[in-house]
Amino acid sequence: MIQVSHLTKFYGPRAAVNDLSFAVKKGEIVGFLGPNGAGKSTTMKILTGFMPASAGSAKIAGYDVFENAIEVKRNIGFLPENPPVYPEMQVGDYLVFAAQLHQVAKEKIRTAVDHALTKTSLGDVRKRLIGNLSKGYRQRVGLAQALVHNPAVLILDEPTVGLDPKQIIEIRELIKGLGGEHTVILSSHILPEVTATCERIIVINQGRIVAEDTIDQLTARIKKGLIYSLVVKNPAQEGVSAIRKIPGIQTVTQVGPKLVIEIQPGSSEVRDQIVEAAVKREMGVLEFSAEKVSLEEIFLQLTTIETPIENAGVAV
Amino acid sequence: MSPRNVWTIARKDFRTYFMSPIAYIIIAGFMLIMGWMFFYTLSHFEMQNMQYQQFNMGKSPSITDGIIRPVYGNMNVIFLFLVPFITMRLFSEEKKQHTIELLMTSPITLSEIILGKFLSSLLLVVIMLGITLVYPITLFATGNPELGPIVTSYIGTLLLASCYLSLGIFFSSLTENQIVAGSLTFASALFFWLVNWASQAAGPVWSEVLNYLSLISHYNNFGQGLLNSSDVIYYLSFIGIGLFLTHRVLDSFRWR
Repeated sequence: MIQVSHLTKFYGPRAAVNDLSFAVKKGEIVGFLGPNGAGKSTTMKILTGFMPASAGSAKIAGYDVFENAIEVKRNIGFLPENPPVYPEMQVGDYLVFAAQLHQVAKEKIRTAVDHALTKTSLGDVRKRLIGNLSKGYRQRVGLAQALVHNPAVLILDEPTVGLDPKQIIEIRELIKGLGGEHTVILSSHILPEVTATCERIIVINQGRIVAEDTIDQLTARIKKGLIYSLVVKNPAQEGVSAIRKIPGIQTVTQVGPKLVIEIQPGSSEVRDQIVEAAVKREMGVLEFSAEKVSLEEIFLQLTTIETPIENAGVAV
Repeated sequence: MSPRNVWTIARKDFRTYFMSPIAYIIIAGFMLIMGWMFFYTLSHFEMQNMQYQQFNMGKSPSITDGIIRPVYGNMNVIFLFLVPFITMRLFSEEKKQHTIELLMTSPITLSEIILGKFLSSLLLVVIMLGITLVYPITLFATGNPELGPIVTSYIGTLLLASCYLSLGIFFSSLTENQIVAGSLTFASALFFWLVNWASQAAGPVWSEVLNYLSLISHYNNFGQGLLNSSDVIYYLSFIGIGLFLTHRVLDSFRWR
């Protein structure tokens, strides 16, 4: 549905987006993850035909975003970083305008607007002026605008910013429900957002893709050079040094009954040997677990280290 | 170019004028000043007429010379002051509110957006001109004015006001700040209005050029009941260039 190859965008001498390539299948929900200023919004603006790229190409629904801009725009719904709403308009009128802009047939406009209002639970504020609504409501009006013409592709730039926790959950559910029928790209710098809604994430930093995978695999991959914790009854020095000697183990730190064991990245499976050594020395194993690496840590690793993760399908 | 898309934009912007006090203030101000001006010109004309008869000064001035020309001439000056308020928000506000992103990512062309906005402001001017029809109606009810100069005065005023609109839309596309857009519109419209003042001091060639460039020198024929194609072409070109430059500005804005 979306094909991006070698997309590059320069702002003056600075590359905001640098040789970006990825593809999104029909019905997929993909999260764009990256710190502020990573190039997420720029990429989205290029995909929506708002601005042209300096190099590379992008295709949506088979249409090139530069050559067939109008066809592409017909097929996308876009929620920019700042919801593009007119404060002096009523919610209902605004959505009618958005539907007209997207050339929804005259007789279908009413149902399209009703549908968008229901989906974003905005029915109650239909007659209210957008300028009098809270930020969360405006954000939802922006989202309703992106949905009103039932586009094949939805491009949402930070869709839950400014919403309260209940609304965030609602919007996430809504976005999840859009998958299958619609293809969705959403951007975020907040990880739980992406974990909650997306099937696949593309981590981008300084205009480049640093990782692209499903959430599970991304977590698994990072776990390679990982940390295990072993809680024992009897943390004798003898046992600790035996574990320390196992090849592939980087450090063993003792915190009371808990041994924090750091494994060298890329080393082979050592969990068996750790437990074996502990049992042999009669340390009395109470608990053995892999320290859960949260997506936050992965994200930080990916966006702070210079070298990309091995075999990450990375374009550098 | 689809008329439906142009109309979508035009209708939205036209409605926006009436969602804030701006349209009401502009129309009310316009009616007040024009009404006063019409009343003044009318009473002055009557007095003049009486004097001519009293002192046997020959043929008194016609309604065209005594009322139509001064009233519609002054109307052009009023538009010079009011149009910046009509156009200043058209693009600058869209930029400021980021709603330009909605327009630019919708399946409509930039030309349709610009024409729609121009049409919305033109509609407001047409309404204002429509209200002033009450003056010729009064004149026809009480006297015997010539129809020709009235018609051409309306055509000329509409064209001249459209030039200001096109200039205003151009400046509105340059900035996010309505006040800046409005001020630049007023200053440049005034410049094009007064540019022929320098023609007296200039050499023969430059004098001709400056006279040709002046917005007001092309209006004179309309005031006299003459529809001159070169004047119409001048005004239409002026409007076209203003809208074309707006297109260039907004297009380049995407490339930045």
